[in-house]
Amino acid sequence: MTEAWSYPEALWTVKDMFVYPNEYIYWSVQIVMYPLMTGLVAGAFVLSSLYHVFGLKDLKDMAKFSLVFSFALLLVAPMPLMFHLQQPLRGMEVFFTPHFTSAISAFGIVFFSYSIVVATEIWFVYRKFFVEQALALKGKEGLGNSLKQKLYALLTLGAYDISEKALHKDEKAVKILAGIGIPVACFLHGYAGFIFGSVKANALWMTPLMPVIFIMSAIVSGIALCMLTYIVIMEWKKFRIKTSRKAWDVTAAEVGGAEVDLIRKTSRYLIGFMIAAITLEILDLVFRGYTAVKSWEILRSVIYGKDFVDIFILQYTIGNLLPFIMLVLPGLTIRRTAIALVLVIFGVFMMRWNVVIGGQAFSLSFAGYMHYKLPFIPENIETYKEGFFGALTIGVMPFALFWVINKFIPSLKYHK
Amino acid sequence: MSISRRDFLISTLKIAAASALPLSAFKILSPAEARASVEASTVRWGFIVDTYKCVGCGFCVKACKLENEVPYEAPVTRTWVERYLILKDGRMVADTPLGGRDGFTSLEIQEEVVKPEDVAKAFFVPKLCNQCENPPCVQVCPVGATYQTADGVVLVDRTWCIGCGYCIMACPYGVRFFHPVYKVAEKCTFCYHRINKGMKTACVGACPFGARQIGNLKDPNDPVTKTIMTQRVAVLKDEYGTKPQVYYIGLDENVR
Repeated sequence: MTEAWSYPEALWTVKDMFVYPNEYIYWSVQIVMYPLMTGLVAGAFVLSSLYHVFGLKDLKDMAKFSLVFSFALLLVAPMPLMFHLQQPLRGMEVFFTPHFTSAISAFGIVFFSYSIVVATEIWFVYRKFFVEQALALKGKEGLGNSLKQKLYALLTLGAYDISEKALHKDEKAVKILAGIGIPVACFLHGYAGFIFGSVKANALWMTPLMPVIFIMSAIVSGIALCMLTYIVIMEWKKFRIKTSRKAWDVTAAEVGGAEVDLIRKTSRYLIGFMIAAITLEILDLVFRGYTAVKSWEILRSVIYGKDFVDIFILQYTIGNLLPFIMLVLPGLTIRRTAIALVLVIFGVFMMRWNVVIGGQAFSLSFAGYMHYKLPFIPENIETYKEGFFGALTIGVMPFALFWVINKFIPSLKYHK
Repeated sequence: MSISRRDFLISTLKIAAASALPLSAFKILSPAEARASVEASTVRWGFIVDTYKCVGCGFCVKACKLENEVPYEAPVTRTWVERYLILKDGRMVADTPLGGRDGFTSLEIQEEVVKPEDVAKAFFVPKLCNQCENPPCVQVCPVGATYQTADGVVLVDRTWCIGCGYCIMACPYGVRFFHPVYKVAEKCTFCYHRINKGMKTACVGACPFGARQIGNLKDPNDPVTKTIMTQRVAVLKDEYGTKPQVYYIGLDENVR
């Protein structure tokens, strides 16, 4: 055979002891990013729904922001998959010829229905704003204003009625959509857990708890990222006003940075979901050890041996225990919260890593191991896509998208 | 309600065009195709591996790679041979360098040199796709690119596979991999292109010792069926409920 061939999986897989010849780390860092991203989507949405559906008033300011941020994250969620597919141009087939016995085939339906729910909810929340902008910009000079006016006019979809009655109806619609959105968001992420949990060939993945664990850790990561982004943006705004010589229409004192009260209240919900997530994970671990079926011997050697640092130090200690203590200690400050939030998100990332990479750390033969070397320097397209910089691209994308979306749909309020 | 003739004709045209579109999406089956799809097949391909006869020469792996155009130097293969040594201290060591393509000529196994006098028993186990009756790889394919034929062989449509790797993850036997050239899921097909023409698979043809045999399990007079019916045979990893159709004679409990 003269054709050129390549096997990039062999570049990042190190085999040890007895491993079947075709076994490699086929699901690498992008498949870690995928559940991380869908998790953040689901979490951000649930955070906004806590206000809209359950009327948790203390989350009012956070709700609008997390809803729009959830939309930015949503657009990024399928991207790791596209990076990962060997045939990315055929990715559309999942929508065209879904094979319904496969968990992945649900992606098209779940993703689109969820996108519709989020987009519609945003539209109802912002309809008044769109109408006001479209009317205010009418007749103003300049190309920018005219383009902006056209965009807002388009975004109103022709619904210019902003009477008291119409707005009341909007609120009702938001409430209903947020209500529908919670199960859909949970399904979006629960099914990501199902993708792993239903693989009977993989001893680490196969557990019915997997979807539930995924949902809980998703909400944890979503809330944490929303809080963190909120803190960073508000503090940055305050800092910019303080240090710039330009005249702003608000003063630094008026902006006031992130509100410690809001942060404290939101962090209570975060702690609640963290407890649920960790409890389920520990239950899973205890159950595996106690029942000790055939696969336990190799799983134990991975969990307590090869992956000990990744699981017990990085994930449980630095990613869970430490931020938990930081958040529950009295006298919570913005800075302490911000550090704890970074650790929480890191912890959830490590959890995804330990599931996806950890699940491939041992051979199907139960007599060998595979070690994953994350490609750092992108020497070719494969080592970029499935390497550190590919993952970084995905990680940065939601913030870039949010920055653009926020230009047209401002979701952060500055107090006056 | 009034409608002008012009509007009526335009609307009619539009509706006709719109309804013709989805109709074209359906495939019209020929009578023969329709019959074939409902009538049960009279063929079910099955395989026997006699581990007593395998000497680990690797001819089957070589033949398979050449026949099925899996790059010869690529680290992946549709079929492979495993070497197992059970040592006198009870330990099991096993290996499959290059899938056993070049045979087993070294005493070094799992980075240790085993002294012949320390070996309690040793044997070779050829592996290939089990063409499961209940194939998990077919179940998990999100686009239906992999499917089971009426005669029981699991195939991959190279023009439709998106390369997600879910089937590779789902197979408990590790028989699937990405084709190093086509970048789609790849697996043993029992040489479907050969067995349909009355030939043997490449590996069966290449085995000098008759360790591999392929046959029709629905034919009671087929030698393979007879062997399975009359001898003590075992399958790999039946605990996964996949109902594998590659039967082993002399399968040791140490085989993974």
